[in-house]
Amino acid sequence: MYQLTGVTKTYKKGRDTVQALRGVDVTIPDREWLAIQGPTGHGKSTLLQILGGLDRPTSGSVVFDGKDLAALREGQVTKVRATSIGFIFQTFNLIPTLSAQENVEAALVPLHIHGTQRRAWAAQSLVDVGLGDRLRHLPSELSGGQQQRVAIARALVKKPTVLLADEPTGNLDEGTRDEIIALLEKLWKDLGLTLIVVTHDSSIARRAQRVGQMRDGRLLIRQDTGGAHQAVVPAGPANPADPGPQPTDPWQPS
Amino acid sequence: MFVTYLVRELRRRMRQACFIALGLAVGIGLVITVTAASAGVKNAQSTVLHSLYGVGTDITVTTAPSQGSGGPFGFRIRGRAPASGARPKAGQKFSRDVLVTGALGTLKSSSVTTIAQTQNVTATAGALSATDLSISGKVPTTSNSNGGGFGGGGSGGGGGGGPTSIKTSTFAVLGVDTGAGRVGPLSSDKIASGRTFTAAEANSDVALLDANYAKQHKLATGSKITVGSATFTVIGTVAEPQGGTTTDVYIPLQRAQSLAGMSGEVNTIYVAAASATDISAVQQAIKAQLPKATVTTSSDLASQVTGSLSNASSLAGTLGKWLAIVVLIAAFAMASLLTMAAVSRRVREFGTLKALGWRSRRIVGQVMGETLVIGVVGGAAGIVLGFAGAALVKALVPPLSATLGQTQGSASPGFGPPGGGAGRFGGGSPLGRAANDAAKTILVHLDTPVTVGIIVLAVVLALAGGLIAGMFGGWRAARLRPAAALAQVQ
Repeated sequence: MYQLTGVTKTYKKGRDTVQALRGVDVTIPDREWLAIQGPTGHGKSTLLQILGGLDRPTSGSVVFDGKDLAALREGQVTKVRATSIGFIFQTFNLIPTLSAQENVEAALVPLHIHGTQRRAWAAQSLVDVGLGDRLRHLPSELSGGQQQRVAIARALVKKPTVLLADEPTGNLDEGTRDEIIALLEKLWKDLGLTLIVVTHDSSIARRAQRVGQMRDGRLLIRQDTGGAHQAVVPAGPANPADPGPQPTDPWQPS
Repeated sequence: MFVTYLVRELRRRMRQACFIALGLAVGIGLVITVTAASAGVKNAQSTVLHSLYGVGTDITVTTAPSQGSGGPFGFRIRGRAPASGARPKAGQKFSRDVLVTGALGTLKSSSVTTIAQTQNVTATAGALSATDLSISGKVPTTSNSNGGGFGGGGSGGGGGGGPTSIKTSTFAVLGVDTGAGRVGPLSSDKIASGRTFTAAEANSDVALLDANYAKQHKLATGSKITVGSATFTVIGTVAEPQGGTTTDVYIPLQRAQSLAGMSGEVNTIYVAAASATDISAVQQAIKAQLPKATVTTSSDLASQVTGSLSNASSLAGTLGKWLAIVVLIAAFAMASLLTMAAVSRRVREFGTLKALGWRSRRIVGQVMGETLVIGVVGGAAGIVLGFAGAALVKALVPPLSATLGQTQGSASPGFGPPGGGAGRFGGGSPLGRAANDAAKTILVHLDTPVTVGIIVLAVVLALAGGLIAGMFGGWRAARLRPAAALAQVQ
């Protein structure tokens, strides 16, 4: 479970100071599927990186499973990433010199899982995403959809509780995109993941339980998407401080 | 995973890796070549010094010729001068064999004892160098009317009336302390045949020959040789170090002294100090005891060596060294820059690994591992290049000449009339050689030894090159914020 309070992020871009996040407060319960939408440059990716412990907020706290990622030392954040958080990216980000199986194994390196066990886990993870016959292929020998499947296998092989996805279908054609969405949905259900997806893709947003909108560094959450997975989350507001949905305006600051 | 990833990455940028390795190899190869060459030059220098003054000799004591002994380059003949009444008649056969001492002044034998008692002196030996001069032939029929014996200022030592009727020959004689052992001119020589002197032979008519001289004159162990007026039995031959010395015949010091009429005198004292650090203190002490003597240390001698050897020495010491350093720095800089560039191109890759939970240390280790492998390959290639370079230098460099002292006086090698009985004779070659005892030129072949030490140096340099490049690359990789890395669009 995530609890973000007053998260801001400013960084320097040349001479300018960019305020990427201007105070984000949100609670994301376990097993939720949250989609984050919004125009480019409004802080979506920054928020995702802060959620993943890849970046630290300028102010505010990011409490994940009782630990404030903003206050932990780098080594401990790295450990949280290694054990609990999986990432998938728009550009797949596979290591080009390593085979599909070795790419998946790379996620097990920080967990000190070695040898046959590591290979077996990696192979199983690839079987789970439907690539049991592509273990030895290099990324360049795989299609875009297959590469993203490898990336998903890599993100999930360590059995994380959270999966963060940055435009996972952004580089895929339509047919492949649907396959990947279906796969993500299946894994989310089967594994009980917390799935946070930054996307422009409205077909993903439609399946999510909640949809957030990033605008000028602030996150607006629409509680009820009318999506397919309403029942999974317990009824009531996710954040106790949240005044709850207001019928006249589905978008509200959380 | 570490190895798989490392090998795959190096294979992917094989060309760049080879380029870096080649740069390091050239730098390291040059360092090896230059080090080997300068070691070779140093060896050549010590060969020269050792062949002149013997292994183990740290200091030599000589003195300038005293006034009145026929000028700085005169020679004293103290052999038995023929009585004036017994002057040979024209046409009569004659044969003279005398031992003359050369350009060096003399020191009392007692000085050897004095020096031996100096603090930190472990061994001393006196030696007397001389030239044996033999003249034989017929007294010319048209001899000088003024009773000058035989004379003539012509060339080749010929007499005035019959140039072919008088033969002269010379060879260099060195009277050595038979009990000296570890210091002195014989200490660097290897016995080629027979045996060396024993301490008991201090006053015996036994001689050691230079192997080359023995060969030229068809002499061997057991042969007889006339030195001065005495007949010596050859007990052995010595092979001198490359280049050789100017000594042809070694005889016991006492015999040399008596034949040259210089009892109790030596012209060189060889001194060994207890350790290298004592040398200058010993030098000062000897100077204080013998104010008139010239006290020369082996490093003084090295600085006096002139000729192509010293040119080679300064070439290897300055140009070669700086060239090697510059090339090495360039290779290190190139390796570092290329590694940093390679890391920059892998920003997203490293960002991804960080996102997967890889520690910065692990990523830096991966980069360092890659550059270390490149460094080791470069080092191995550099060692091969270094051996090739050293062999090339050895093959291409002509024999180096080393001249110690100055070649003065060879133009006027005459000697003053020692008395009324003997005339004067002049001549270029035979006596010029005696004069040249003061200025010795030796040819040495440059060897370029690649020692274990040099190889170790090369390996250390290779590892250092790899580590430095890896550190720059790793520093670059460690500074990456994963967020920035992932944000980078490629």
